[in-house]
Amino acid sequence: MCLGVPGKVLTISDDGLSAMVDFFGVTRELRLDIVDEPVAPGDYVLNHVGFAIRRIPPDEVQETLALFDQILSEAGSGDLMAEDVRGEIASGKERSRG
Amino acid sequence: MASAIEELKFRDPAKARALTEALAREVDALGRSPVSVMHVCGSHEQAIARFGLRASFPRSLDVIMGPGCPVCVTDTPEVDEAVALAAQGARVCTYGDMLRLPGTSKSLADAQADGGKVEVVYSVSQAAELARRRPAEQVVFFASGFETTAVATAALVLAGVPDNLSVLSSHKYVPAAMDVVSGMKETNIEGFIAAGHAATITGWGIFEPFARQTGTPVVVAGFEPLDVLAAIVELVRLIRLGRPEVVNCYPRCVSKEGNRPAQEKLWKVFQAVDGNWRGIARVPRGNLDLKPEWERVNARHRFAIDTAAVGGAERNLLADRCICGSIMSGLAKPDQCALFGKECRPETPVGACMVSSEGACKIWHVYGGHPNLQEVA
Repeated sequence: MCLGVPGKVLTISDDGLSAMVDFFGVTRELRLDIVDEPVAPGDYVLNHVGFAIRRIPPDEVQETLALFDQILSEAGSGDLMAEDVRGEIASGKERSRG
Repeated sequence: MASAIEELKFRDPAKARALTEALAREVDALGRSPVSVMHVCGSHEQAIARFGLRASFPRSLDVIMGPGCPVCVTDTPEVDEAVALAAQGARVCTYGDMLRLPGTSKSLADAQADGGKVEVVYSVSQAAELARRRPAEQVVFFASGFETTAVATAALVLAGVPDNLSVLSSHKYVPAAMDVVSGMKETNIEGFIAAGHAATITGWGIFEPFARQTGTPVVVAGFEPLDVLAAIVELVRLIRLGRPEVVNCYPRCVSKEGNRPAQEKLWKVFQAVDGNWRGIARVPRGNLDLKPEWERVNARHRFAIDTAAVGGAERNLLADRCICGSIMSGLAKPDQCALFGKECRPETPVGACMVSSEGACKIWHVYGGHPNLQEVA
């Protein structure tokens, strides 16, 4: 549950309190209350329980993504790390439709 | 040894080999056995077990999982409080792993089976949304997790929650537990691996007084198998040199100061108080409780919680044989428990460590935790 999951910021809400973030193809809304520094579209952030907790320095994004790519691509159901990562993705708010 | 490495799925096998060799040299140079180091993070244990890292550790190096699973250390009376609130008619929302965590006689899953309103959420925000959708109900967020997760609860409380939402906090503060475990003589932990993402919040500087006072070096590690290996090499080097320092091996997510805005929010809402950690000890300043000024959102203040009504008169004989406390204190390994994989399984957990995806027993059960390929070779 403390693993977190990195995602790419797509848009920031008008009030600046939340962002739409892409997690390996899944878009979710994250709260920005506790992120350590301002974020902009194109930045990567670490999501934990629906909140961005860290803006990932740009030159370190690829290294951070690699582990999650590997876990999500090779893990079948029942893999604890993959389940935790999927749980973190699900912690974002689903995009409202229509 | 070489063949074991080839079987592991490292992204960079050459680097993995170099690190493994460096680790062997460092442990050799120390010249004693066993050398015990502890990590305090379920995600680290997942990475170590999932990628079979123990197969590449020198035999005399013991890498132990300490109290790194917030669900596992949630104390029985705290579960009883949540079960009692569900029995009293409140809608109890909590993170998924908390559902099967045993209370004195019932878990929240049992409370749900009894007709109680229990919901799994992935975020405290989802609990708030649920409360907004059901204004006639009392919704309680049973909040578990270390400081990494507590900051989210704090942020939501500060942002404002619906009147019908309250928080039952079982949040815990990891640095406090490191003090307790390092003081246990029988474990003889010579170095700590700090939890990477908890340190994202607190910063690595918080461990400096701990390292100085206990004479125990601390490294901060990420979750890539190579991150974990590199951090352990550094930790053993510090032990060998007799340098009780803090080294940050995870600079891409952790700074010395940590996440200041998050810390400010955390300490605006929570205060560290003494609390029992299941099976381990009473941990001074180990629990995060809502401050008095937030009593209007504190479930313990809003409700008269009657845990006597859900406490078990029946004695659970299996639970008496559970050694989760010893496992989380580093005194025993999951496979040394007589119940492990037999009476105690993920579908029918007896102890807390078999419940959570971050519990050592569940991790070892799923990944086979302790592949000692050197003994096979």
